[in-house]
Amino acid sequence: MPQTAVQFIGVNKWFGSFHVLRDINLDVAQGERIVICGPSGSGKSTLIRCINRLEQHQEGRIIVDGIEINDDVKAIEEVRRDVGMVFQHFNLFPHLTVLENCTLAPIWVRKMPKREADALAMKFLERVRIPEQAHKYPGQLSGGQQQRVAIARALCMTPKIMLFDEPTSALDPEMVKEVLDTMVTLASEGMTMLVVTHEMGFARQVADRVIFMDQGQIVEMNAPEAFFGNPRNERTRLFLSQILR
Amino acid sequence: MSIAYVRERDAPLRPPPAGTAGALGWLRENLFSSLGNSLLTVLLALVIGYLGWSVLDWAVLRGVWTGVDRAACAIDNAGACWPFVWEKFPQWIFGFYPIAERWRPVTAFLIGAAALVPMLMPGVGAKKWNALFLLVVYPVIAFELLAGGLFGLSEVETTSWGGLTVTLVVAITGIVFSLPLGILLALGRQSELPIIRSASIAFIELWRGVPLVTVLFMASVMLPLFLPNGVSLDKLMRAIVGLSLFASAYMAEAVRGGLQAVAKGQTEAGLALGLSRWQTTRKIVLPQALRISIPNIVGIFIGLFKDTTLVLVVSIYDFLGIINAGLQDSKWAAPQTANTGYFVAALVYFIFCFAMSRYALFTERRLEQMGRR
Amino acid sequence: MSFEATARRQSRSSIWNSGRLRGIALQGLLVLGLAALFYDLALNTAANMASRHIVSGFDFLWRKAGFEVSFSLIPYSGEDNYARALMAGFFNTLLVSVIGIVLASLLGLVIGLMRLSRNWLASHIAAGYIELVRNIPLLLQLFIWYRLVLTPLPQAADAITVGSASLSNKGLTLPAPIFGHDAWMVWVGFLVAAVASWMLSRWRRRQQEATGKSMPTGVLSVLLFVAFPLLFLAAVGWPVSFDYPVKGNFGFSGGMTLVPEFMALLLALSIYTAAFIAEAVRAGIMAVSKGQSEAAAALGLKPGLAMRLVVLPQALRVIIPPLTSQYLNLTKNSSLAVAIGYPDLVSTGGTILGQTGQAIEVVTIWMVVYLSLSLLTSGFMNWFNARHRLVGR
Repeated sequence: MPQTAVQFIGVNKWFGSFHVLRDINLDVAQGERIVICGPSGSGKSTLIRCINRLEQHQEGRIIVDGIEINDDVKAIEEVRRDVGMVFQHFNLFPHLTVLENCTLAPIWVRKMPKREADALAMKFLERVRIPEQAHKYPGQLSGGQQQRVAIARALCMTPKIMLFDEPTSALDPEMVKEVLDTMVTLASEGMTMLVVTHEMGFARQVADRVIFMDQGQIVEMNAPEAFFGNPRNERTRLFLSQILR
Repeated sequence: MSIAYVRERDAPLRPPPAGTAGALGWLRENLFSSLGNSLLTVLLALVIGYLGWSVLDWAVLRGVWTGVDRAACAIDNAGACWPFVWEKFPQWIFGFYPIAERWRPVTAFLIGAAALVPMLMPGVGAKKWNALFLLVVYPVIAFELLAGGLFGLSEVETTSWGGLTVTLVVAITGIVFSLPLGILLALGRQSELPIIRSASIAFIELWRGVPLVTVLFMASVMLPLFLPNGVSLDKLMRAIVGLSLFASAYMAEAVRGGLQAVAKGQTEAGLALGLSRWQTTRKIVLPQALRISIPNIVGIFIGLFKDTTLVLVVSIYDFLGIINAGLQDSKWAAPQTANTGYFVAALVYFIFCFAMSRYALFTERRLEQMGRR
Repeated sequence: MSFEATARRQSRSSIWNSGRLRGIALQGLLVLGLAALFYDLALNTAANMASRHIVSGFDFLWRKAGFEVSFSLIPYSGEDNYARALMAGFFNTLLVSVIGIVLASLLGLVIGLMRLSRNWLASHIAAGYIELVRNIPLLLQLFIWYRLVLTPLPQAADAITVGSASLSNKGLTLPAPIFGHDAWMVWVGFLVAAVASWMLSRWRRRQQEATGKSMPTGVLSVLLFVAFPLLFLAAVGWPVSFDYPVKGNFGFSGGMTLVPEFMALLLALSIYTAAFIAEAVRAGIMAVSKGQSEAAAALGLKPGLAMRLVVLPQALRVIIPPLTSQYLNLTKNSSLAVAIGYPDLVSTGGTILGQTGQAIEVVTIWMVVYLSLSLLTSGFMNWFNARHRLVGR
């Protein structure tokens, strides 16, 4: 099993003629927890969405768990089976129950028998601490509960890497903590995580590395204490002064 | 290995790789993104090219442009028979209206257009007076101009009216009658009084559930039975009554949608200010509801405009009806005559309806931008 | 006087001004007004009918019709009564409506998906089709199709013949199936096929739940619907024979003929309604947020599965209501048959009306039939909406 979970080599991406990712070089090790921060429009979401090919890169190479991502459909499917994603707006399937949301992919992608899938789903629903909601519909849950279900749903595919795209940005403040706690627990179990977020407390607590992006480039990265205590780039300092009051 | 990193120099902002953006990139992404897609593009381009060429060829290249009768159009490999159109077109617009009096429909139309244009433009004010003129005063003026009998104008029976004139008369009168009736029905449907509510619902569902053809038959055949012995309603009026009742049901639903879209807080604010229920509805809720409903109301008008063609089944000659009748003229009997007639009809209807639907879209977008104030 | 008594007295007097009384009075006025109107109309009608020697009532339905229709599903001739003529018209309406609905749905689905396509040309051609069809009156389209269908067809004597089928300006003439004594067994066959198909899909679902493997059984289900009815027919000795048409100089005798009016009406209705169905399909699929398909993709679901399990179920909720509305519109629009002489319910009714003058009765029959169809459709739509509502807080 390769030591590097995700590798970006000279990656460039354009939206039309807008150069949205510039010269991205990044190595993410197995079990590493990375927090990516930066002003809006800096390309942070685009970067992690390139990992599971929700966005396509035009230049450079992206290698996930030893598999190179390109137009090859089989490669993309394999990568998506091993990479889980949690979205800012949850994107739970409203016409299915919580349990069905979680078992959908294991049944149809991993071809798991229903009983096994149900047990698996209940296990992860217990891990995110809402097993009693299994037979409710997403519309009946609060935002924090929905996001936790989304995390469980991604975990049911037993991914090796988890991507989080601003998981708490759409939540009411009192629900942010329950989701962050879940993510902290996940991190403590050794999951490789890439998290785009503004929650710097989470970064300090859990991250192995904090990356600052601006205008499509990686501007600075460092261990959290060094990053927050001694930002070396002018733009990093500016950004931190704006969000840490 | 240290994980610390600080960017020394900005990576250059570059243009995208050749062939991925700009014209070539657009082509690649939208037309030729995969083998299947490329094949589809080629196939569709061939089909559209063939169709477009056929129409152009028939209408213009092989079209007969001058002539006086069927001899000109009955030649081999002829395309569209345009002399037929040149000769018949005035009749298609005015029907059998006496030629000397044709200035009257034209005047009526011009007055209407002059009053309508400021109504349609969002910036121009005095909308209320404008609407009142259009809905109340103008129909009377137009009807007088067309029918005659007063002010020294000679009488022209409605049986002589035909063509585009009839289409416009029927459609516009239909809207003029169905709008107030529709508003009343919509309000009735919202009412808390059970009898009024059920009566409104029954009326609306009745007219919405039956085909327009049956309504026209009903108006044409049953209305004379309902009227006392001496009174008679001429054929055109009967059709207009039928069409108006039919349209009022759809109008009621459009206005109801508008009423429901007006925030409940508006009614509450009005009542809190001390206005009576009726005043609140009339002065606060209804104006907003109507403004919101405008795209749907224009849609209903477009539908009415198209539905006027159905008066053919009760022997009234609207634009389509008179073209159809003109096809029987043996003077122009040639293979392409009917095709030319239908082509022109389709073109005219398309231009009218497309323009109206673009206007409806325009008002809808404006409403969204205004935040439905 | 005590304060309470004054208050009570004042509140009592205000009841008389209250909205409630006004409401009752208003309704009472409406009822009286409507009653007066109907009474007046009824009096006029009775007088007018008497002066024209028309007897009201439905007895006229049993009189001999005396007119032929160009096409009928049920056996009908001029010797039958008016009621049977109306029956024939009703079945003709159903025929063109049902087939029209099927064709319009298929075409509408294709155009709707084309409209959503990433291919610029496909998307814009679909848009062009929709705009063209929606802005030209249906009657005009009907005339155009009638002319387009009729013009190239040869005279009966020179009909294009393929096997026992012939195409001429009389229409598409086919051998008419004659169902013998036990032919109803074919319906039993369909029933058995339906049961078998249902059992097959249940078995397939159980299999998947137990082992995780899924098997495609769609094709098998379709085969069942073909095989079982045929099997049952064969079992009773194949009681189906055909009446082969015989070509004469001016027409065909025997067999059954699908008249050009039917084909033109079918084409016009299908193509017209398909444009509206396409818009409904497009609206439905666009209503499902992009995040849903992204989440499905991120979970590893292939595009086909994502569409089937995630997007389509949500899209259908939005598509079905306007879809049923369009089906109803198609059925009502079939009344345009009267303009080209296809003998549907309105057409035959119109002929009867002209012959007998029984306007009220005929119109009542029309209204009852179409209103029932209308109510059935709304009822179905309400049931569907209630059943598939997304559960929320």
